[in-house]
Amino acid sequence: MTSIADHRTPSPHVRGALRSRLWRVAEALATPRDPGHYLDMVNPLRGGADLRGRVVDVRPEAGDAVTVVLRPGAGWRGHVPGQYVRVGLDVDGVRRWRSYSLTSTPSAEGGHISITAKRVPDGIVSAHLAQQLRPGDLVHLDQACGDFVLPEHAPGKVLFITGGSGVTPVMGMLRSGKDRLRDVVLVHSERSAADVIFGAELRALAAGGRLRLVEQHTDESGRLDVGRLSELVPDLAERETWACGPSGLLDAVEEHWSTAGLADRLHTERFRTELAEPGEGGTVRFTGTDTVVEADGGTSVLDAGEAAGVLMPSGCRMGICFSCVLPMREGAVRDLRTGEVTTAAPGDGVLVQTCISAAAGSCQIDH
Amino acid sequence: MTVLQKKTDNPIAHLAPEDIEEIGRRLDAIRQEIVDSRGAEDAAYIRRVIDVQRKLELGSRAVLLASIFPPAWFVGTAGLAVAKILENMEIGHNVMHGQWDWMRDPKIHSTTWEWDNVSPSDQWKHSHNELHHTYTNVIGRDNDLGYGIMRVDEDQRWHPLYLAQPVWNLLNACFFEYGIAAYDLELGRNLPSKKRRSSPEFKARGRQVLRKIRGQVTKDYLVHPALSGPSFLHTLAATATANLVRNLWTHSVIMCGHFPEGVETFERRSIEGETRGEWYLRQMLGSANISGGKALHIMTGNLSYQIEHHLFPDLPSNRYQEIAPKVREIFDDYGLRYTSGSLPKQVASAWGKIIRLSLPNGFADDATRKVRRALGRPGTQPVRPDALSATGRVAERAA
Ligand SMILES: Cc1cc2nc3c(=O)[nH]c(=O)nc-3n(C[C@H](O)[C@H](O)[C@H](O)COP(=O)(O)OP(=O)(O)OC[C@H]3O[C@@H](n4cnc5c(N)ncnc54)[C@H](O)[C@@H]3O)c2cc1C
Ligand code: FES
Repeated sequence: MTSIADHRTPSPHVRGALRSRLWRVAEALATPRDPGHYLDMVNPLRGGADLRGRVVDVRPEAGDAVTVVLRPGAGWRGHVPGQYVRVGLDVDGVRRWRSYSLTSTPSAEGGHISITAKRVPDGIVSAHLAQQLRPGDLVHLDQACGDFVLPEHAPGKVLFITGGSGVTPVMGMLRSGKDRLRDVVLVHSERSAADVIFGAELRALAAGGRLRLVEQHTDESGRLDVGRLSELVPDLAERETWACGPSGLLDAVEEHWSTAGLADRLHTERFRTELAEPGEGGTVRFTGTDTVVEADGGTSVLDAGEAAGVLMPSGCRMGICFSCVLPMREGAVRDLRTGEVTTAAPGDGVLVQTCISAAAGSCQIDH
Repeated sequence: MTVLQKKTDNPIAHLAPEDIEEIGRRLDAIRQEIVDSRGAEDAAYIRRVIDVQRKLELGSRAVLLASIFPPAWFVGTAGLAVAKILENMEIGHNVMHGQWDWMRDPKIHSTTWEWDNVSPSDQWKHSHNELHHTYTNVIGRDNDLGYGIMRVDEDQRWHPLYLAQPVWNLLNACFFEYGIAAYDLELGRNLPSKKRRSSPEFKARGRQVLRKIRGQVTKDYLVHPALSGPSFLHTLAATATANLVRNLWTHSVIMCGHFPEGVETFERRSIEGETRGEWYLRQMLGSANISGGKALHIMTGNLSYQIEHHLFPDLPSNRYQEIAPKVREIFDDYGLRYTSGSLPKQVASAWGKIIRLSLPNGFADDATRKVRRALGRPGTQPVRPDALSATGRVAERAA
């Protein structure tokens, strides 16, 4: 910048000071609200706003799935292939948050991101994505997260094991890792050939020599037998492995890898938790708002609170991210996955993950 | 002898305990129907109201920048007054009741909403949601009933100080938002006692109110006028007028909810051990509706459906209209009086009661009778609201 230009345009420092003074005036004028509330009316995707995304496209995929392309707000910090994003949608007027793996490459055109959701029976959000969502709609977003990712220096030999919608994070990795991934095997399990999400794209990649694709169609050939996986992939032990799919498949893979002493070469991602037999349930009291809820043994404290209108912190909703942790002052909760009971004596502040804890008798949650 | 014992027409004397519980069950069913059908349309409604309110406020404040021109002053002032009323009534009051918490939207939630009023939301929620809605029309417990400074029932002993209560009421109406802040702080109870007024908790709450007042005053009486440049004084007058209009309006609506003739008040003792049905019954008899068109309902925050609101304070306000006929049917089936009237009628009725009670019992009646006799018109017997025991027990005077 020349010295002349310096005279004309205020320095960043002066500009910053001016802006912050203007902002203070705006704050004084907007009180008790934040000026941002008014700016959001004009530009909901502006930087500094709560992160949202505008739907650019909704397109059907094979296997009862749908891909949603979004233009994220200016605050979007990008993602690493394999990560997921939490999406908040208003379904029948109620905000519901769910996680979806990013299937787009970080450098996608127009800064767009995409997710691909498979319809689950009676699913609230997956049905909404497939049937109600239209281009132009706004959805709420969180920053990408998760460590089911391809490292910066991709390993030479890679194995992906996926089942059903579990192919989504892997698709994100394949699309972005085209130049980095040299030797890839994908073993994918799905009901039938026609139901394979991204089937055409995967087969094209295989045909182009980019990957070796092994499809297991369970309608014809039954479940994938993990014990005999080495027949399909003889050099399995040399491969860094990423697995994502139904719990049964992941349990078997984890057991197999750990028996083989390969546990540190295995990365897994679960879309839902396997639940233990539910217990009795009980009364949950949220001390902050003095809200009292009767919850059965199968309902998480998170769901019970939300259903009663309490604003609850949450993240993955399946016990992995710890965004939902709150102190329990008194009472007992049961871990929905293991059935294990945690108790707190009055005055204690035992931290519990509300998304996978159900009341076991009465409990008091500090929130 | 108390007023109650003199009372000849206990409005619930004909109800058996089973009737009262049946009323409770029917009301619970109405509530459940709405809870089960809340949905996207309701969510769209409140978002639309919020959107309209914000645009109206911004637009009005923009117009007021030129308030030196009389048409701009009138349009801007009217717009700002309406925007403030909408914010306080249909939005703030109802959001803070948790009517929209089911949407799980942190921006439209009872725990996060801060309203355009000098009373901080969380203090107001305590005195309004917890005290007023729990102790509706219970003398001595419900601060909304006379705000602790007025005589609201024949049963309260008269004192010459009450002669001034019409003046108090008018002042309270003009500065209503400050009145609300004062009784949220329970100044009447806390200030006289040194121990109470020097407690850290009271001081913290006091500071919170002062902070809120400072923010509100800075916005309306300093920053906005200053931005108007040569229109400074005009904008100042405009925001002051808008606040005054909002205060008078909200005060009138609140008065119509619980003060008009025909609304019952209750004794402290009468609510001990109240059942759910009895609680409902107290809300039914302790509230009054305002009849009118759609605009009136929105501008009153649907407190024109005060009866329905008191029965179901956390149902979305846009649904009260729909349940009103069903609620009314229950009143009819059980021979109860559903008090309702036009705004002018209810305001006049409430003021009439305040003036009448500023005088010793019977004084107004005697005077009216004398005047009527002098005018040669037959007198109508005024209905006397009495302390009633919802349980059918004989209520005793608490104090
Ligand atoms: C880290 C992470 C990443 C995810 N990535 C994806 C993704 O890329 N694509 C995708 O489609 N989903 C993904 N999911 C799952 C997704 O978040 C939702 O759980 C799923 O869409 C169902 O939500 P819903 O509201 O439709 O169903 P809900 O209304 O929550 O549930 C309805 C019923 O379906 C059952 N159910 C819930 N989830 C599943 C499931 N996955 N399969 C079968 N039944 C289920 C429930 O137990 C319940 O009985 C991911 C989950 C996590 C935790
Ligand atoms: S929400 Fe992620 S651990 Fe509970």
